[in-house]
Amino acid sequence: MSRATLLSLQILVAILFFAVWYVLTTYPIFGTVILPPFFFSNPVDVVKQIVAWFASGVIWKHLWVTLLESMLAFVIGSIGGVLVGFWFARQPRTAAVFDPYVKMANALPRVVLAPIFTLWLGLGIWSKVALGVTLVFFIVFFNVYQGVKEVSPTVLANARMLGMNERQLMRHVYWPSALSWMFSSLHTSVGFAVVGAVVGEYLGAAAGLGYLIQQAEGVFDVAGVFAGMFVLAAFVIAIDIVVTLVEKRLLVWRPTVGEAKP
Amino acid sequence: MAAMAATTTSDAAVALTDVDVAFRLADGGVFRAVHNASLKVADGEFVAIVGPTGCGKSTLLNIAAGLLTPAAGSADIFGAPLTDLNRQAGYLFQADALFPWKTALENVAIGLEIVGVPQAEARARAKEWLSKVGLGAFGDRYPHMLSGGQRKRVGLAQVLIRDPKILLMDEPFGPLDAQTRQIMGNLLLDLWSADRKAVLFVTHDLEEAIALSDRVVIMSAGPSSRIIGDWRVTLPRPRDIAEVKLDPAFHDLHRDIWNMLREEVVKGYAQAEGR
Repeated sequence: MSRATLLSLQILVAILFFAVWYVLTTYPIFGTVILPPFFFSNPVDVVKQIVAWFASGVIWKHLWVTLLESMLAFVIGSIGGVLVGFWFARQPRTAAVFDPYVKMANALPRVVLAPIFTLWLGLGIWSKVALGVTLVFFIVFFNVYQGVKEVSPTVLANARMLGMNERQLMRHVYWPSALSWMFSSLHTSVGFAVVGAVVGEYLGAAAGLGYLIQQAEGVFDVAGVFAGMFVLAAFVIAIDIVVTLVEKRLLVWRPTVGEAKP
Repeated sequence: MAAMAATTTSDAAVALTDVDVAFRLADGGVFRAVHNASLKVADGEFVAIVGPTGCGKSTLLNIAAGLLTPAAGSADIFGAPLTDLNRQAGYLFQADALFPWKTALENVAIGLEIVGVPQAEARARAKEWLSKVGLGAFGDRYPHMLSGGQRKRVGLAQVLIRDPKILLMDEPFGPLDAQTRQIMGNLLLDLWSADRKAVLFVTHDLEEAIALSDRVVIMSAGPSSRIIGDWRVTLPRPRDIAEVKLDPAFHDLHRDIWNMLREEVVKGYAQAEGR
């Protein structure tokens, strides 16, 4: 399949989806409208809402807040994950002691923490950042831990025979290996940072895309909910494109970029 | 007798004396891989160790490298007992040992950079070494973009740029196809003849061993393998791997050694299957 046909088919799917949605919510079929607009809105209203948001400029503030929260969650969670991952991988005894607690914390559905974070950190951005951090941290942590542990023994022996000391092993062997594992999970961790931000906003905030959706829902403004969802989807895709570019640059030495499971 | 042994030991680049190697097994038992093995490699001498699979050839090499400590016996490098890693040795591994996140050039230069050679100088010398191993145009490739033979060449350059006094090689050309092995063998001899280092070369290929080395050492089948044969190869140098194999002296030597080795190979297989 050529690129052009693929693209036109992909666009066709979108057009079909909107057409079916429009028809089913607007025209009665056998006397009834199958998807009542009250529950399903319709594409025209949704687009109008999105245009109105961008025209008035209110959306930028919410986008910015969500982006800021996601980025902070990603950066803080990654730094924590890298540090602790390294520490545990190099100190097996510490890792063994903390093992059950790490597993416990990771098994906990993080959503239940959201109210606590709101209580501790208020309705501002930090409660959302905290939620995102708890999600990102574990993904990065497990990947870095694995990356340090799974350095090829031959490469390690070679590095030592070449005369590397502990510090140089860290810099030339463990660090690149751990980073490669972390980068291979970049999509997952960035995605989770956004999830943390949006879910946090949804549960109580003063700004952000999650807040926007929650507000619309509160007044049964279905068009607003769908509009918020589409903006969020576009936002996530934009971030994903950036991540893909970054990944291509960073993992240039890799034959294929495999997705490592956290 | 003891005094005589001491003087010869101090001359040798590598001297393993009555070395025992034992591994603790998962079931609590002890597996004695090597028993009472003694081996000397003189400075500038090319010694090949040949033996059936699983006889502990690589184990012996790891002791000489300091990666493994013997349970009994001693390892001396230029007369000094080996306590830590062998800093005078370069080690070419059987498996891929290049840093996958570094380019070929960076892989070769790293050995100099870590001892404090300025990066620009290290890179310039790495470039020379890449040319020496025939990869001058491949400096910016990452290991996964190179063929198996090319990766071995980079590995060779990576080890030799540090100018080690001793070269330890663990079936370095094992994974390569026959033609590439021959080319690599000739390359190795070329580089080696420039400044004869002591070489300890482990292989399961008797022809390769005879074609390359000054001495061929035969190990018995494990467990408790030891050194059972030591043959001097007097074929003239410089040698070409392909041509030297046509020499009648090569055939005589090959026949003699193979007669001894065959029994051990059969034993080795029997043990491997019984395991």
